[in-house]
Amino acid sequence: MNGFDFTLAGARLTALGSGALWWAEQRTLCVSDLHLGKSERHARRGGSALPPYETRDTLDRLETALEITGAHTLICLGDSFDDDAACRALPQADLNRITCLMQTRRWIWIEGNHDPAPPALGGEHAAALTLGPLTFRHIADPQSSAEISGHYHPKARLRSTSRPAFLVDAARVILPAFGTYTGGLRSSDPAFAPLMAADALAILTGPRPLPVPMPR
Amino acid sequence: MGRMSILPPVIENWFASKGWSIHPHQHAMLERASQPCTLLIAPTGGGKTMAGFLPTLAELADGSHEGLHTLYISPLKALAADIKRNLRTPVEEMGLPVRIDDRTGDTPSSRKKRQRADPPHILLTTPESLALLTSYEDAARTFKGLKRVVVDEIHALAESKRGDQLMLALARLQTLCPDLRRIGLSATVDDPQAIASYLARHPDPCDIVQADPGPAPDIRMLETAEPPPWAGGGAAYAIPAVMAQIKAHNTTLIFHNTRAQAEIFFHNLWLANEDALPIGIHHGSLDRVQRERVEAAMVRGELRAIVCTGSLDLGIDWGDVDLVIQIGAPKNVKRLVQRIGRANHRYNAPSKALLVPANRFEVVECRAALEAVRANDLDGAPRGPGPRDVLCQHILIAACAGPFDADQLYAEITQAGAYASLPRAEFDACLEFCATGGYALKAYDQWQRLRKRPDGKWQLRDPRAAARIRMNLGTIQDTDLVKVRLKRTRGGKPLGEIEEAFAATLTPGDTFLIGGQTVRYEGLREMTVEVSRNPGKKPKIAVFSGTKFATSTQLSARILEMFKQDSWPSLPRHTAEWLELQREVSELPRAGSLLIESFPHDGRAHACVYGFAGRNAQQTLGLLLTKRMEELGLDPLGFVSTDYATLIWGLEELTDPAPLFDIGALREGLEGWLAGNAVMKRAFRGAATIAGLIERNTPGQRKNGRQATFSSDILYDTLRKYDPDHLLMDITREEALRGLVDFGRIEEMIARIDGRITLLQLQRISPLAAPLLLEAGKVPVKGAAEEKLLLRETEALMQQSGLSALPQ
Repeated sequence: MNGFDFTLAGARLTALGSGALWWAEQRTLCVSDLHLGKSERHARRGGSALPPYETRDTLDRLETALEITGAHTLICLGDSFDDDAACRALPQADLNRITCLMQTRRWIWIEGNHDPAPPALGGEHAAALTLGPLTFRHIADPQSSAEISGHYHPKARLRSTSRPAFLVDAARVILPAFGTYTGGLRSSDPAFAPLMAADALAILTGPRPLPVPMPR
Repeated sequence: MGRMSILPPVIENWFASKGWSIHPHQHAMLERASQPCTLLIAPTGGGKTMAGFLPTLAELADGSHEGLHTLYISPLKALAADIKRNLRTPVEEMGLPVRIDDRTGDTPSSRKKRQRADPPHILLTTPESLALLTSYEDAARTFKGLKRVVVDEIHALAESKRGDQLMLALARLQTLCPDLRRIGLSATVDDPQAIASYLARHPDPCDIVQADPGPAPDIRMLETAEPPPWAGGGAAYAIPAVMAQIKAHNTTLIFHNTRAQAEIFFHNLWLANEDALPIGIHHGSLDRVQRERVEAAMVRGELRAIVCTGSLDLGIDWGDVDLVIQIGAPKNVKRLVQRIGRANHRYNAPSKALLVPANRFEVVECRAALEAVRANDLDGAPRGPGPRDVLCQHILIAACAGPFDADQLYAEITQAGAYASLPRAEFDACLEFCATGGYALKAYDQWQRLRKRPDGKWQLRDPRAAARIRMNLGTIQDTDLVKVRLKRTRGGKPLGEIEEAFAATLTPGDTFLIGGQTVRYEGLREMTVEVSRNPGKKPKIAVFSGTKFATSTQLSARILEMFKQDSWPSLPRHTAEWLELQREVSELPRAGSLLIESFPHDGRAHACVYGFAGRNAQQTLGLLLTKRMEELGLDPLGFVSTDYATLIWGLEELTDPAPLFDIGALREGLEGWLAGNAVMKRAFRGAATIAGLIERNTPGQRKNGRQATFSSDILYDTLRKYDPDHLLMDITREEALRGLVDFGRIEEMIARIDGRITLLQLQRISPLAAPLLLEAGKVPVKGAAEEKLLLRETEALMQQSGLSALPQ
């Protein structure tokens, strides 16, 4: 598998080039910030009509990641939907696909700031989840450790290339956004200073994950 | 009827009191005052503006007109302010009951509101401010009574989307005010009829008035003790000679082709400025306050020289400028002539200019340009039909002003010359895009932007969208720029802007030039680059991509023509000898065939392709040829391009070039390569922003929430994957091929050589190819190699930091 292996609180994890995190021992895949329904919300709020293909594209890539890993459990780390109304407004075809993907595995929706209410799609729903030594939540808690979170959409720059990136240190992992219509926050942003230790890594996503000392 | 009786006595007396008589072209404009459309072509300093306004003043002299009478449009805000000043003086001296006011992005909103309710007789504005005015529901009231519109510097506007937007706005005004007459003021152009058709309501006729062009300009090449270098664009060698010229003249304007070159030259000029002459710098990346200070000092005659770029090209009162120096080859004869025409702002005095070639090849180019100026052979290329992204924005603006009927709007926009032949189906596609996004997948219909009412008219679904559309109005595309300020406890002094991509490469301690000073990068705060002053240290250079002009087709043809000569007595000795040596060891490129030299150099096989297709097309050619060479197993490693040639290096020698130049294969390569190319993405961002898909400004925008917005590249990739035939993809392709890709000139070159390719296998590098090795901007051939390079870099960084030793 195309990934970068590392250990957090004794758990052996793999950062995949797709931006998903794989925990082989638990057969668990984790993705963050899918922002499904972004174009619908944008148009609803008086913005322009963005190409309405982001949900299809995000689900395509998610399905591929699930197939490659053969995951039994999927954890969506919050902001899975651009907002609750966007979830309700998803086209039937997209809803059917999600339902289909949910049927064959355990599926956990973690709450995000964009989607605090449980989606009407079934699956489990939690503000945070503890699995083995690890805690999964949407926004990192600086006091916490052994923590997997998302929210910030980190990205990092190497040479002149900037890509979504995992941020990893001994206490936590912050996942890049998996959704197609998502931007990024540079790893050098002050928001990451209180969260990531001096020896933190940034793992750039792409055809092959690229670990570098986190650019500050 | 006597010649002067055309004017009311009060104006006639004013002229007499000044001891002036009106120029023949001013008279011609008065005679044509009632024509629907008139284009005046006159040199600067010929009373062109007055010629445009005299009929207005004559009509307003009796004080009976109520409301707006004349709209004056200029491409520059500064020009509008300038004209206000220059027009008020004679109006006050004549005692005319005429109110004059300007309206630009800088006008306070209280005054703007007043102008809409109670407009002045003469309103001076810009295309963007006019478009905004037409977007209000009360536009009909604002423009009531409007008789004339004067478009200044129309030759410049006609080359850009700003002009297209303006002409669409005029079509709108013409509906509101059917008697509206149009006047265009233009510098010398190659094809006056094209400008006339662009300006006139289609199919109205447009009279062209040619003013006396005045005496021929005095243009020469600057002679220097030191010959120009083989490559590069800085012209540092010419600093002492330029300094001497500054001392010998009152005010000298020193033009550069790029902002970065202007900065470097200014820096070097200061180092050589032993007498501390007052010299300023002016370019589009500098802070507005700084630019205005330089402009004001120039008008007061306080500056001996101004180092500048095209930002100073238009309109500003050039005061006592008595010398124009062009650093670097002019690339385009028309622009050179327009620039030079501005020096010596007195009518009937020859303007004086000096060309400073930055390198040896540019000596040839400058010579060719001088000959073209003498022959009055201006270059120009027809601009093609009106761009559809501008039309999309126009449709949104129309919707802001109120419900509209599609048939009427279509009839209206086809009165703009550039859109006269726009097929209805294309208009409908633009309307559909504005309404629903125009996607193959019909989604979220309930949120469409425009909705068709039961009476068949289109209107905004959500009236609040009007504010959002107005916030994003305009066609000027800035690359992503970040502001630069001096780091202070609060409110540091703004210095200007640099490209975000350049800012991203800076680390604290790096130094760069901006506004002629060396500054030290301290950090990035809320998308502002904070710097401190740092004299002394040698600066890293700010990279402004700006526009890189390609040498025009006409000028390239003239250079090839010069190459046919047996000898070159008109060229400096060093350059003539260089060409003679080239002829001896290889040959000189000719128009009717394509010269390729292949030679070993530095352990690599090299091939130099003399296409003479201009910088952008040669760059595209380099990309396409290396791609073909990779397919043919020639292992290209990289290439570099100039306006006249592309030099490619690799592992295998080129022995059979013919298969590389198959136009069909090249075009195919273009389709494949282009789709994923950064040029395409940049063109997409421009089109998508103008067409209203990407909003640069949104209400309540968070200042520091960059993760909320995502790159336009993602939208491009998504459309390419799921909706490749979408309107915006079509517009993007069209723009890229016309613009940066410049594929048209590759096709033109291939047609010109018609299969005649001369391959010369040389033992070593030729005199003409040698300078290319020194050129900046070498492009490595990427592909799988890129990931390999990134991986190697990753490993090195991990090793250096000691992190690779950490337990994983």
